[in-house]
Formats: sequence, C-alpha cells, structure tokens
Amino acid sequence: MAAARDKFGRPIVVVTGMGIVTSLGAGKDDNWKRLTAGESGIKTVTRFPIDSLKTTMAGAVDFVTVEPFSSTSLSQRLAEIATEEALAQSGIGSKGDFPGPMFLAVAPIETEWPQRLEVARAVPKTDFNIIDYLATCSEGGKFTHFHRRFTFGSVALHLAETFGTKGSPISLSTACASGATAIQLGVEAIRRGETDAALCVATDGSVNPEAMVRFSLLSALSTQNDPPQGASKPFSKNRDGFVMAEGAGTLVLESYDAAIARGARILGVVAGCGELTDSFHRTRSAPDGKPAIGCVRKTLADAGMEPNQIDHINAHGTSTPENDKMEYLATSAVFGEHTASIPVSSNKSMVGHTISAAGAVEAIYSLLTLEHQRIPPTINYEVPDPAIPFDVVGNKARDAKVTAVMSNSFGFGGQNASLILTREPA
Amino acid sequence: MAEKEVWITGIGLLSSLGEGLDAHWEALGDKRVNADETRLAPYVIHPIGPVSFDAQIPKKGDQRQMETWQRIGTYAAGLALDSAGVKGNQEILSRMDMIIAAGGGERDLTVDMAIMNADAQGKLPPALLNEKLMNELRPTLFLAQLSNLLAGNIAIVHGVCGTSRTFMGEEASGIDAARIAVARIGAGQSDIALVGAAHNGDRGDLLMLYAFGDFALKNQHSSIWSRRNNPGFAIGSAGAFLVMESREHAEARGAKPFARLTKVVADLARRKEPGAVTKSLQAMWPKLGVGDDAVLITGATGAEPATSEERAFLEQHPGLAVRAPGTTFGHTMEAQFPLGLALAALSISRGKLYPGNDPAGFEVEKPGAPTQIVVMGVGHWQGEGMALVEAAE
Repeated sequence: MAAARDKFGRPIVVVTGMGIVTSLGAGKDDNWKRLTAGESGIKTVTRFPIDSLKTTMAGAVDFVTVEPFSSTSLSQRLAEIATEEALAQSGIGSKGDFPGPMFLAVAPIETEWPQRLEVARAVPKTDFNIIDYLATCSEGGKFTHFHRRFTFGSVALHLAETFGTKGSPISLSTACASGATAIQLGVEAIRRGETDAALCVATDGSVNPEAMVRFSLLSALSTQNDPPQGASKPFSKNRDGFVMAEGAGTLVLESYDAAIARGARILGVVAGCGELTDSFHRTRSAPDGKPAIGCVRKTLADAGMEPNQIDHINAHGTSTPENDKMEYLATSAVFGEHTASIPVSSNKSMVGHTISAAGAVEAIYSLLTLEHQRIPPTINYEVPDPAIPFDVVGNKARDAKVTAVMSNSFGFGGQNASLILTREPA
Repeated sequence: MAEKEVWITGIGLLSSLGEGLDAHWEALGDKRVNADETRLAPYVIHPIGPVSFDAQIPKKGDQRQMETWQRIGTYAAGLALDSAGVKGNQEILSRMDMIIAAGGGERDLTVDMAIMNADAQGKLPPALLNEKLMNELRPTLFLAQLSNLLAGNIAIVHGVCGTSRTFMGEEASGIDAARIAVARIGAGQSDIALVGAAHNGDRGDLLMLYAFGDFALKNQHSSIWSRRNNPGFAIGSAGAFLVMESREHAEARGAKPFARLTKVVADLARRKEPGAVTKSLQAMWPKLGVGDDAVLITGATGAEPATSEERAFLEQHPGLAVRAPGTTFGHTMEAQFPLGLALAALSISRGKLYPGNDPAGFEVEKPGAPTQIVVMGVGHWQGEGMALVEAAE
C-alpha cells in the first residue's frame, strides 16, 4: 500500500474535487483553455457608472447574474457554482450531504449602497438623521431580508444548508491570503484526524463602486484603463497596481486513506502549508522581505521538502510595484541559485486579483498545471523589470515537467500564506 | 495520540465596566451596569468605559490608523499578553498564533448620511455616488474597517507574528476562534495562541444591521431574563482576549494558569424548525461531560426566539447556577463567547462565582469555589457552542 501518512506521521491530504469561476468563465475546462491561451478576463466595468473613478476596469464576472444585485449575493452564487462543480467531480457524499466541515474565505460583508439607498428613500422625511433612518430600518419588518443578507455569517449559512456540511462553518478573512487560509484550515482538520473530508471554498464578488473607490484611495489599483486587458502586468517594469476581480474556487480535501477507500480519483496532494505575519505596516511589506521568506521556509518545512524540489512557483504576482519586488526578494533569498531555474507565473495577469478567492483559485490553477504539465503564461510581459530576474513564463504557455508547485499569497494586513501542491504523495 | 492540555494563562478585558481584571471583578461583585439609554435613544447601548489607549498603544500614529473597535481590541490584546507575562517577549511573540473573531469597523456616518439625504432629496444621480465617495472617504478608513486589520494592528503594535487568522460570522466566529485554537494546541499544531475579539457598541452605523431584523433593544435596560415582553439586545462594547497554551509550554516558561480550557464544541442548528436551538444545546451538552450542578455562563442575547429556546434548555438543568453577562455588558457579538471564557477563567482563578444580576431570580447564588464552568453561546440568528473551563490541577 502507498504511503497513507506523510513523513511526519500525519494523514496525507489529497484533493478529489475542484470547481472554479473567474472572469475567464465557469468551470475548469473553460478556465484552463483560456488561461493557457493567454486570454484576459479584464474589461471596462459596465455593472455601474464609472464616472469620476480613476480605475475603470476589473475582472468582473458578468455572465453570472443575481437579482437584486449585491456583492454578497454574487459571492454566494459564485461559491455555489464552484462548489457544485467540485462536488460533482469528487463524487463524495450525496446531494446536500457533505461528510465534513466547511471553511469559507469570503470578503467582509456590509449593507451595500443600493440597499442603503432603498431604505433612505423609505424614510418619511427628506432631512433625516441616523435615528430616523434606524426607525425605518426596523419598521414593519419591511427590510428584515437585509439582516439575513448582510450578516457576516449569511453566505456560510446558505452554503452549509445547501451542501449539508457538518458542524459550524467557518467564515474567514485573511485579506488576499484568505483562499489559502481556507485550504490550510481544511488540511489541519484532516491532519488532526477530526474529519476525513473538508470543503474549502473561497469567493469574491466585490466589484462595486465603494470597494473600487476604497482600493483606489489606497493607490493600490492600476489606472492603465486602456486597453483594460493590458492593465495587469506582473513583473513588468511599467506595472502600476493590481486589477480587482471576482471569482470563486472550491476544493474538496480528503485524507488519502478515505479517498482511496471510496475509489476516488486523486487530483493532487496538499503537501504543505505555512503562514507568517508581517508586522511592518498595514499595507506594505517589510522591506527586507523577512516575513515572506519565513512564510516560504515554514511551508517547505511543513511539507518536509527542500527548495530544489520546487519546480514551479504560482506567484502572488499582484502587479503592484512593491509586492512583486518583495516576492522576488523573498523567493531568491530562500531558493538561492535555484531561483533562476524555477519558472514563475502570475495568473493575475489574466484573471486579475480575485482577492478573497485568489488563494483557492490559484491553487486550482496550480493543480491543473500539474495535471497538464503545462504552465500558464504571465501576459502583458513586454517590458521585463530588470530588478525581478525571475524566469517568468512570459506571454505564452510553456510545457514543462512539474512535480511540485508553490502557490503564494501575500496580502494586506501582513497576511502571508503559501501552499505546496504535488501530483503524488511524497 | 493523547490530546495536550490547554491552559488559559492570560486574560485581557476592556469593556463598559472599565479595564483590567480587578476592576471587572469588583464591578461584577457590585452588580454594576454601564448602560446608556439616551445617546442613541430609543436604542440602549453599553459604551466603552473610560480608558487611555496610550497605555497599550503608545504610538499616536498607530491609534490614528485605527477606529475605536480596533483600539479596544488592540488594547485588550495587550492586557492579555501582559497578564500572560509574554508582552515584549520576542521569541514567543514571533511564533505565537492568533485567531481573531471580527465583524467590520466603523463607517464614516457623516459621509453616509450626507449621501443618503442627498439621494432622498433627489440630488444624487447614480454617477454622483462615485464622486462623493472618491472625494469624501478618508483613504485610511478602509484599513480601520477591514475585518482582518484588527489582527494586523495587534501584530504591528504588540508583535504577535506567528500566524494570523480572522474569523467572521457574528457570535459563531468567537466560538470557532476558541474551538480551532484549542484543537490546534491539543493536537500539537500550535504551542501558544492569542484568541479574542473586540466590539464597539457606540455605533449608529452598526445598529442598522440589527435594526433590519428588529433585534436591537429599545427604551429601557433590563435583565436578559426579563426581556420577553421587550426582547432584543443592547449592543455592548468589549475587548476580550485570552492567551491559550499547552500545559507543557506554560510550565516550561513557569506560567501559572487561570484555568484549563478542556473542550469547545460548536454547531449550526437549522433554525427554520422551531426548537432547533434547544435541540442543538441538548445534543452538545453530553459532549462536555459535566454534572447538573455546575456553573454556566451564557452569552444569551435577549433576542427572540433564541433566548427562549435557550431558556428551555436551561430549565431542563435546574441545578445549574446561570450567569448571563449580556445583562451587564450588553451584547458584544463576536466578543461575547471570548468574554464568557474570560469571566469563567477569572471566576475559577478567584475561587468564587460572582453574584447573579437578575431581579427575576433566574440567576441563583452559588457559594464555594467553582471547579467547572460551562460557557455557552447562542447567536442571535445563527450559531451555537459550548466550552468547558475547569480548574487546572
């Protein structure tokens, strides 16, 4: 029998189902085809007026509609679509009965502007204060559904009821690392022997005016609006910020034993995960890259692997001037001379930054890379940044022998998390 | 593999009653309540007590980057680290895990109200919303609002830098934060963790969500157990943080426990069915393995039907000495369960249960030193959980 435990004696955690939605499309097939063809999902925003905005493009998922629109409802719908695909592939449990807990990466939730204004229009005065407004909020139960929609636990409640996950579902936010954290929580639960399976879901439907304004006010977004598909250019000298995007990714994790016992097809292994907090600044990374270096090292140690065993890096690669530079610094510090021989690519060049979903979306792309032995390109790589001498897989997909991928997430609030995904158990 | 014992070795409390363990113990003994029925009348709130944030957040620049909920949390986190004797201990802090339960931070209500009034007066064509937001939102406000930035601020101010995870989802997030921390320490995935939450109840913008569901207590403050005719919760203010660590880790550094945190369980009852909360609590109770003469501190909110269903469960265990901090502190949402854990550990370490605060007499007195205290959480809308806090041997 193959190794059911890793070299540290822990249950091996495998992936048996994956589902994905991004601005490139719904489903793994569509996503992989378009991703490896170097297509961009970034477009000029049409969902709401773009007057007065400095950034006017995003990787919005416009082919999925929810009525009435809210980012929370869209996040929920994207998560449903991705999860249905992952469960169908995995074949685990039965409809509405998933045999394990759920870990959900989701953006923080608030009442959104269309709903705020709907209430405002119902206030029986045209010059009102917060107390008048609150009275209308609770009047006659007319807006009760907004409580159900905009509690932080609402998306998890809905998904838990729909898919029949067990126990208390955990909603989490570690900013841009959220998707990776959801996977990490699932891995830890299986390693503890608490469960044989975990549903790790990450979703983000945040392209709305206020979210774009907020990131814009932090000068985090690219303003190269024309053409929109050229805006996200990780590792290029002329990169100027990230592009907001929407999407969802779901992974069904199982212990190797449980997956084999039910005859499931194993899509890959989560060999290691690690995280390390950066306390330098609220939005900026430590200039010496130490926390990111520590994060990558912890992840290698968790997987029991050496740097030279990593043969591809699915980069965080946001396309912000600072983050890309720091990622190179951290990577080269850990991988030394081996750095130059690791092909690196950033999916964000095509799908944009799916924020809360990114860690899971990119883990799925990493697993597809392992499956197809083909590395998706980093598009818009026309003017390489000489300060970032990565072996960037520029503009065209590259066939390569890939056995272990490191997927990085380095986000706001000092949130660093990395994953190592492999084809076979070590 | 045997699970490791988890000790609570640090407690940090800042609330409407003030700051620190002695002040809280004294106020609980005096049955003091700091409720405000006028500031946001008709809504009852519990504002944070007087505090000088400088004592735990020395840099004014850091304070400016935060809104009140983050200051409350960062302050209480500092108190917990002090209490555990690890403040400033780089070696430990650099590998300390952190799990925070958080909602969202303060909005700029002035900007929001101006936009909503403009709209009501027909002066807000759709395109103008962007312009108003671009011109009027403070750039750094976003960082004061983001759920994971309470953890971010604790890392920056106190140097807690091992790992950082923020759970969301109202009351349940506080239960799950404790549950995951205990599971990780028990299994050897973590040696020491900072767990907690913060909530600022003095917020009109926050009341909005609860007003939609008509959950917010109006007019007069009363005991949680006397609200059946005027149900609801008074939003409270608290930062409640705990340092949890494996017994080995604590002993190796000579740290003394307040109490042992033996077990945390959680559930998501399907509340569409009446009685689901009562059933969920009944199903969790045997997992703790405690007798019917224990102490139980509940995060009961006063919102219906949750509180009545919870009471139905409690009435099946008439020997329990019950305490509902919601009467005293209000409902501190994500912080309510960590607050319950803190009060349980404090009571065990002081060798005494504080008096009930309930004219209706549901909270009975219990003399002697408590050895087992159950902490219970029932969310106002979703999420249930229980923990067992015991005297450490």
